[in-house]
Amino acid sequence: MTDKKKVIVEIKGVNKVYGTNHVVKDLDLDIYEGEFLTLLGSSGCGKTTTLRMVAGFEEPTRGSIKVENEDIHNKEPYERDVNTVFQSYALFPHMTIYDNVAYGLKMKKVKRAEIKERVTEMLDLVQLGGFEKRYPSQLSGGQKQRVAIARALINRPKVLLLDEPLGALDLKLRKQMQLELKRLQKKLNITFIYVTHDQEEALTMSDRICIMNEGVLQQVGTPSDIYEAPRTRFVATFIGETNLFDGIVSSKADGRLHISVESGDFYVPDEGFAADEMLAVSVRPERMLYSTEPVDGFNLVGFVKEQIYVGSVLKTVVELANGNEVKIERLAGQELPNGGKVYLYWKDGDAKLIHTFDDVFAEAVEDIVMK
Amino acid sequence: MAKLTKHSFRSNTLPALTMVGPVTLWLAFFVAIPLIYVFIMSFCSLDSGYNVVFEFTLANYERLFDPNYVQIYITSILVAFFTTVLCIIIGYPFSFLIARTTSKHKALLYMLVIIPFWTNSLIRIYGWRSFLGANGPLNNFLKEMHLTDTPIQFLFNRGTTVLGMVYCLFPFMVLPLYTAIEKLDKSLLEASSDLGARGFSTFTRVIIPLTMSGIFSGSIMVFIPSLGYFFVADILGGGNSDVIGNLIERQFQSGNNWPLGAALSIILILITLILVKLYQKMGGDMESLGV
Repeated sequence: MTDKKKVIVEIKGVNKVYGTNHVVKDLDLDIYEGEFLTLLGSSGCGKTTTLRMVAGFEEPTRGSIKVENEDIHNKEPYERDVNTVFQSYALFPHMTIYDNVAYGLKMKKVKRAEIKERVTEMLDLVQLGGFEKRYPSQLSGGQKQRVAIARALINRPKVLLLDEPLGALDLKLRKQMQLELKRLQKKLNITFIYVTHDQEEALTMSDRICIMNEGVLQQVGTPSDIYEAPRTRFVATFIGETNLFDGIVSSKADGRLHISVESGDFYVPDEGFAADEMLAVSVRPERMLYSTEPVDGFNLVGFVKEQIYVGSVLKTVVELANGNEVKIERLAGQELPNGGKVYLYWKDGDAKLIHTFDDVFAEAVEDIVMK
Repeated sequence: MAKLTKHSFRSNTLPALTMVGPVTLWLAFFVAIPLIYVFIMSFCSLDSGYNVVFEFTLANYERLFDPNYVQIYITSILVAFFTTVLCIIIGYPFSFLIARTTSKHKALLYMLVIIPFWTNSLIRIYGWRSFLGANGPLNNFLKEMHLTDTPIQFLFNRGTTVLGMVYCLFPFMVLPLYTAIEKLDKSLLEASSDLGARGFSTFTRVIIPLTMSGIFSGSIMVFIPSLGYFFVADILGGGNSDVIGNLIERQFQSGNNWPLGAALSIILILITLILVKLYQKMGGDMESLGV
């Protein structure tokens, strides 16, 4: 379905280096028209820098950024058909709400009557009709946020860039604004590029999520892709909770892999791995199962360490032979005795196999370089 | 209001008095008493031997409307005006540079403004006089270059007085401007650019309005002293561009007419108060004047 969509922003081979700090590394990313794309990562992962390069506040050290097939390399921010909603709102404190929202249109020399009409319409859209004559200092955080969004959207940008726009709001307001933003985006059908470090926010709002870590793009996909099929160890641990087993393919037969991990071994369906290959196996807590009897094809034994009853869900922590803990979530039922011996297993397809050679290799190279 | 008991005096008023008391005394002694003295003096008369006698008169104030004096007020206000305008024109880009630079020489640039500020201004003004004088380095250089045969008279006009004033008062303009520009949120400039404004529009619509407080307080801090800096007008203006300060100084020194000098001082104080009040009316922040 995404194949048919038109690419609106094309980021190709983009790097950003500040002094000795390599902030964005070889970023390739296509953003489609009308989608809500989130750049997700912890602070310093290069997501904001990427956004600022699209806006024009920073220039890529290498690589190109195209908007509608046009290289925007030499274009100043004021020449680009993109608008930004800043983290700190950046409303002009000396102007009324009306003048703030009208600013972009005034710059484009739009006729007064049309400005008035569009500002009124836009303020109604963000539910701030009647606030025209107030100043930003007279508004609450949520209202300022709406003004910032209105001020950017009124220019009808091809792409709207949002830099952690809800970061300063309290939790309840944030949840409400998430839904409102999503509604606005669908209604106006404008491409949103949204930067956040909040994975829940990303999962709630996005059509696609692009996860970055230390300047490197980890995975791009729909929220369910990212959650169900993490491609790297980082993604598996960053999004939601998971149980990771690092191991090696000890043999391969009949389309099944025999995998040895530190505290046991098991069989899983082959997903294109070779014998002796290193990998990590990720099993989400809600997919992890246990039995008091041995299970065919699994040799993972642990002891119940803790059971926490959280309403509808029972969270169980099982300690493995090597001391690692495995988290299990299931609908509340019979509790097991603490210290009881359990056999862990899961259904075919519930475990995700992740190539780790690249990670191991990268770490080794980094170690060598650092030394 | 609560009744003042012995207890509440001890626990509330006494500690407050010990805090405020010394400052009040200091202000009374060094500010209020001299001011009252000058104020009374301005209504006193002189006897035949030029001694001050405490005899009430408005003659001193009447003399203030002497056309020769009025001429000096006008000159003084013109000098102050041009000094202020020049300080803004030179000071704004400079302050912008030091406030916005990411260079590691930021502190050095700032010091370049501050260091002359610490040197006696009298010495610095004499420096200018010798530099611009008939046998000064500038004229010697021009002669060497055969650009002129006879020394050019740079000194002793309104222009050199303004030059000296600008030189002396420049830091008073730069410091408030620097503070105002430094406070300017960078994301506002980015937002302006993002919304389609070119550099010039951002400057006139965002930067200037948001640093107006700095321009105001800088102007006040340059305009007021330049009405009184008589030594600059003396040394560089050579009597051709006297300011109100010269008038006052002359009455206290050679003129030996203290009551008239006092009346002139009262006028200068009134002008200052009116300007500060205006500044406040326009939304100026008293703290940026160092009050």
